[in-house]
Amino acid sequence: MRILLIALSFAISSPALAALNILACEPEWGALAKEIGGDKVTVYTATTALQDPHRIEARPSLIARARSADLMVCTGAELEIGWVPLLQTQSGNPKIQAGQRGYFEAAGVVALLEKPTRLDRSMGDIHAAGNPHIHLDPRNIARISAALSERMANLDRADAGYYEDREKSFLQRWSDATAHWEKQAVPLKGLPLVVYHKNLTYLINWLGMRDVGALEPKPGLPPSTAHLSELLEQLKRDPAKAVVRAAYNEPRAAEWLAERAKIPAVMVPFTVGGTDNAKDLFTLYDDTLTRLLAVAK
Amino acid sequence: MFRSMWCAMAIAMAALPAQAQEADTAKLREELRQLQQRLQQLERRLQETENVAAQASARPAGENAFNPAVSVILQGTAARSSRDPASHQITGFAPSGGEVGPPRRGFSLGESELFMTANIDPYFRGQLVASLTPDNTVEVEEAFFQTLGLGNGFTLKGGRFLSAIGYQNQIHQHAWDFQDAPLAYKAFLGGRLNDDGVQLRWIAPTDLFLELGTELGRGRTFPGTDPNKNGTGAWALFSHVGGDIGGSTAWRAGMSFLRTSPRDRVFDDVDSLGNAVTNSFSGRSDLWIADFIMKWAPGGNPTVNNFKLQGEYFRRKESGDLNFNNVASGDYSSRQSGWYLQGVYQFMPQWRAGYRYDRLSHGSVTNGIGLTAADSPLLLTDYNPTRNTLMLDWSPTEFSRIRLQLASDRSRFGVTDRQVLLQYIHSLGAHGAHTF
Repeated sequence: MRILLIALSFAISSPALAALNILACEPEWGALAKEIGGDKVTVYTATTALQDPHRIEARPSLIARARSADLMVCTGAELEIGWVPLLQTQSGNPKIQAGQRGYFEAAGVVALLEKPTRLDRSMGDIHAAGNPHIHLDPRNIARISAALSERMANLDRADAGYYEDREKSFLQRWSDATAHWEKQAVPLKGLPLVVYHKNLTYLINWLGMRDVGALEPKPGLPPSTAHLSELLEQLKRDPAKAVVRAAYNEPRAAEWLAERAKIPAVMVPFTVGGTDNAKDLFTLYDDTLTRLLAVAK
Repeated sequence: MFRSMWCAMAIAMAALPAQAQEADTAKLREELRQLQQRLQQLERRLQETENVAAQASARPAGENAFNPAVSVILQGTAARSSRDPASHQITGFAPSGGEVGPPRRGFSLGESELFMTANIDPYFRGQLVASLTPDNTVEVEEAFFQTLGLGNGFTLKGGRFLSAIGYQNQIHQHAWDFQDAPLAYKAFLGGRLNDDGVQLRWIAPTDLFLELGTELGRGRTFPGTDPNKNGTGAWALFSHVGGDIGGSTAWRAGMSFLRTSPRDRVFDDVDSLGNAVTNSFSGRSDLWIADFIMKWAPGGNPTVNNFKLQGEYFRRKESGDLNFNNVASGDYSSRQSGWYLQGVYQFMPQWRAGYRYDRLSHGSVTNGIGLTAADSPLLLTDYNPTRNTLMLDWSPTEFSRIRLQLASDRSRFGVTDRQVLLQYIHSLGAHGAHTF
């Protein structure tokens, strides 16, 4: 009984209810939902830029957030396969189940790269649907923002006009920014890079850079000395300009290789919050380009 | 490619003899510009079509597109123990009938588990966990449906399922941090509780995780006795709270209660003169469990280092009648308890080390027949079993694990059983999601 009372008092003391309660699986979708939703939404982001989105646990705090969410915005394409299904089945929330309007998968509205032609676990932790790290191509963000604002308007019809206006304004600023980034990134064309994990593929593809190798011997496996030595040999024949890792990838392997190959190791924020400068989607791209341009000179 | 052809043509045209009329050149330029524009449009359409085709080809087709997610767990051990596992018992506690002993000596196959799970329709989800035991039998570990659409935080489960009481009870064996269950689970629940019944869970609409639930079951396994009666033979209540402390720590704590009404729960013993005797208990069994789990990882990223601290306290009260060897009957009551605490640390990627301490307390066991420890040594010896366990495991990927485990087991009065085992756990098929 007392527990029930405590529960009730918590329920009552919950913050003022916004029109839409959004649970974003990754920071980039949290940021996008805020761009579109403004003050009509409350957004809780399940992960931070310093966490590997593959390795999240369906911990109690996330189940509690999933319980009250009207909309879950996730990447999909099996990126969150280890935890989102549990949030769905354990939350007792019918709105966010797979296939319902309250579950939005960003990967569903863009074309995925690196679709495996063969599916076998001996190839590492590959995703059947293709590479799920889609948010570092601004053209994908534009497509996703259109689909997401439509979904939000659909769930909260009273504020449909509000979401539409904000999305339009965002898209305008976004396409201006994209044009600016593309101009700014001209020196990056053809830049050969070693990545940590295949999580920068869309960025590399967008800016016409070259991915010459990954620190992980196979997707999801930690870098091994044998593989790094092999990579070092390979770099002697086909040199790269930098070793790039996301903020959440551990730095040691990247530094090891960078030091021996005599090229800089670069950390990119990867998503919103990955560095102090990457405060929203715009500054995420700004900061990423600044860091890459510094090594292209 | 087309574009470069057009460029080549453009260059060719630009190189036309200078005497060509200027008007003609301008006209040609205009035509060229228009053609280039059309070409760009075509290229864009081609790109779009390709995108659509790529999306379309990703769609699965055929009858098997709706197959459930299937995965198989393969396990096995190579074990060495200083005492015969077949004679294993926990002194001072009525045998629970479950798999309480260490694995067989030498090489042995563990349980191979077959998981199948899928959404049934928009309203229900189903899961089957069948365990293929090394002695060639099939055991249904779990087979349940659960609702997806009740709303307001409610979930109803029905069938056979791992009970949500305590913490480790709901974790499948392949995901345990040690090869075997804590002594308290062995003594009080026969390893685990997976009754046939229904479960109703409610999650509070709060930022703090709060879960309340109840289960009604038949009382199929220990401490129940699978009664042949209408209605329920066991019921349970459980509550859990949990949350995060900063960005690095997540925790959950809980309290559970299980009531069963065993009838003629029989177990065999050998008295101090070496005669086989039989005890039979009928009455009420109440079990309280307090559980707690805390997981830490720097910045919430467990890839390199992480730590897990887990502990549970069990307290059982049984009262009713004891029948001794079909010659005497009388009152019986017991208050017994047990606990364990374990910590597992991942000190580098793929490698973890862990330690577990187990302790059971014999507490007070009284009977109205006047039996002493000489008559029923297993039940009445005032002895507090303990066990120390160490483990080291290596998990090349999240799908495979090799584990070394050492234990010094003082479950039996006056006997220390030293156990060493090497275990493999491999998972193939669909990517499973593990509960916190």
